[in-house]
Amino acid sequence: MRKFKEFIIERLIFFCGIASIVFVALIFLFLLKEGLALFQITTPLQFLFGRNWYPISEPPQLGILPLILGSLFVTLGAAIISIPIGVACAVYIAEVAPAKIKEALKAGIELLAAIPSVVLGFIGMITLVPWVKSVFHLPTGLTALSGSIMLAFMAMPTIVSIAEDALYSVPKNYKEGAFALGATHWQTIYRVMLPAASSGILAAVMLGIGRVIGETMAVMMITGNSAIIPHSILQPVRTLTATIAAEMGETVVGSEHYFALFAIGIVLFVVSFAINVTADLFLHKKR
Amino acid sequence: MRKRWVVFFLLLAVCGVASAKDNSIQIKGSDTMVNLAQAWAERYMEKNPDIFIAVTGGGSGTGISSLLSGTCDIAMSSRDIKEKEIALARKKGIEPFETKVGLDGLAVVVNPKNPVSKLTIKQLADIFGGRITNWKELGGIDAKIAILSREVNSGTHVYFKEHILRGGDPGSKEEFAPSALMLPSSQAIADEVANNTQAIGYYGMGYISGKQKPVSIALDEKSEHVPPTIENVINGKYPISRPLFIYTNGKPSGELKNFDDFILSKEGQEIVLKTDFVPVR
Repeated sequence: MRKFKEFIIERLIFFCGIASIVFVALIFLFLLKEGLALFQITTPLQFLFGRNWYPISEPPQLGILPLILGSLFVTLGAAIISIPIGVACAVYIAEVAPAKIKEALKAGIELLAAIPSVVLGFIGMITLVPWVKSVFHLPTGLTALSGSIMLAFMAMPTIVSIAEDALYSVPKNYKEGAFALGATHWQTIYRVMLPAASSGILAAVMLGIGRVIGETMAVMMITGNSAIIPHSILQPVRTLTATIAAEMGETVVGSEHYFALFAIGIVLFVVSFAINVTADLFLHKKR
Repeated sequence: MRKRWVVFFLLLAVCGVASAKDNSIQIKGSDTMVNLAQAWAERYMEKNPDIFIAVTGGGSGTGISSLLSGTCDIAMSSRDIKEKEIALARKKGIEPFETKVGLDGLAVVVNPKNPVSKLTIKQLADIFGGRITNWKELGGIDAKIAILSREVNSGTHVYFKEHILRGGDPGSKEEFAPSALMLPSSQAIADEVANNTQAIGYYGMGYISGKQKPVSIALDEKSEHVPPTIENVINGKYPISRPLFIYTNGKPSGELKNFDDFILSKEGQEIVLKTDFVPVR
């Protein structure tokens, strides 16, 4: 009886262990099955580099270049804002802050991670959007910049906690060695700690970017969603994720539009897979 | 032994769910109509406590595709069912049956500070098509027009494109200007118009509040400009209104028919009026 119990539990754990991989594989297969059907109608080049996204016209125009650029603008903007702040925050928490402030900051950042993105989107819509409009004298505040700022908030917790972890795991004797050589605190951080933790920090940055590119709700609410080729960050943009979320509800199952949305899903899957693998490579390099 | 009991109870539970299904009605579809259907459902359940009605949104297309896949009994739609969907339905042995349950007047709104208060259909087509880009051309201030539209998943978007931009001509290739902002909900358009003096948007009359100014619309230059009010939609003077439908599989029968009759009854149509739509009878 005991052996039987053991056996059952082992099987169960085994199943749980491989379940996630099986699910990822199934999801990817499903995406491929639905998405690749699009390429009987259009070519991959037309799809990826087409400049017009009019999915419900007859015939539909399914070019996702504006959407790719939209995602890219928002993500780059968010990266430019969140990386310096995030890394600096991690350095402060790991190296400078006294114990009390450190605890408070860490709790605060965890709280930031816990805010649902729809709430951030809502706050952005009410406060940030009118501000962006009046500061830059734009016809509307629903722009890539608004999305970038809001998404930077979402990427921050990931970047800070992983980068802080990387800094923390730098062997103590590096730091002591630097102090012993007469380096100041800042010189130690800048010349010793940061380079030693660099691969972990890069991984943090990649994972933060991964979070941004996959974010949907907040960007849908505050970037305006115009499918234009953006020329500046002060224009409205339409991202890949928002397109899927906004259009899935109404598409006719089995239409070109339906397949195109799945093909966008493949593009997103590939991009975030690449980002995660890169992050993983950096993390393993560290060890 | 214990195992056998578990199986027994599971079977019992399945039977329970199956029998409960007989007097429950699933309604799914148009976001525009969710509040309306919810109001119907609540009143109907009050009168018939043994019936359970569940209402879900998701968009007109979502509703129709769940009717086709048999996961809902009634699909709400703020647009006609498409040829493609009918063909798909026939293939699955489903015969969509259309009932017109109300009308929705579409209001075009601007910020109350905007001096422009009347437009013609032609001007609307030019604004939303991107040919008029400055309020100056319409007698307003010298500022760029920010066009607000619903997303393409919205029946409202489709209606506006087909009847305003394309003037009801099925051969037309007219599209929304690419610079049009696509907002995920009518409320988002209402909020943006309330804060932005350069914006223009459209949505169902129910969303008009004191923070937006509805524009009076004329069919052409010679006609009079008519504000969007319930009376003007009923007497046909206001030019932009669209029908709201529910679809069932075949002519409704049994409990569905009772619900259908309730919707079209005086009481049901009063609820239509109360939720800011326009009754059909």
